[in-house]
Amino acid sequence: MIKQYETVFIATPVLSDTQMKEAVAKYTDLIKANGGEVVYEEDWGLKQLAYPIQHKTSGFYYLIQFKADPQFVNTIETQYHRDERIIRFLTVALDKNSIAYAEHRRQKGAAKAAAPKEEAAHAEEPEIDVEPESVEE
Amino acid sequence: MAAVENNEIRYLNPPTVDVRKKKYCRFKKAGIKYVDYKDPEFLKKFLNEQGKILPRRITGTSLKFQRKVAQAIKRARSLALLPYVTDLLK
Repeated sequence: MIKQYETVFIATPVLSDTQMKEAVAKYTDLIKANGGEVVYEEDWGLKQLAYPIQHKTSGFYYLIQFKADPQFVNTIETQYHRDERIIRFLTVALDKNSIAYAEHRRQKGAAKAAAPKEEAAHAEEPEIDVEPESVEE
Repeated sequence: MAAVENNEIRYLNPPTVDVRKKKYCRFKKAGIKYVDYKDPEFLKKFLNEQGKILPRRITGTSLKFQRKVAQAIKRARSLALLPYVTDLLK
């Protein structure tokens, strides 16, 4: 049985760019090695934490959405626990509504990357997007 | 009732005419089905200044979505996107 999951982890802010890439590669490889499939990943960059964790006030956030066997969640969480670079993580199973939302969010993110416009008031409110469809090439 | 029709009722104080605006569930109205824990700015609408979750009686959220909002806020807290306790949030 394959289910879709979403995992967010916070890595320590002391990591360099390459170390962070290494950490990310470790988990994406782990997913792939266990017969999973990475659907989407997103780097949130260095963010301020709302409260200190392990005496750190900021951290690198990284989001991975993947499809895998439910057994695999235990594996990846064990790896998170053993990894000293990871200070916090959360893995959530996605149901049909959240998958639809995730796709919507992805498209929105892609559109924003293509045309960096003013921030929408809120991502979740289904506002009428008044973005001009005709993009002159 | 006849007296009302004849407009013969006199009030000592003018009757208060505050028509209370009906609260509604914003999720049902907007057709939102999933509450995202990754969006702290949105979730802040459901918190008071100390970072506590506001009751349904104030926000008007339906029970179904209040549960989802609460779940999302708790997830966001554990990821340090929202504080557990604070002062002067917002």
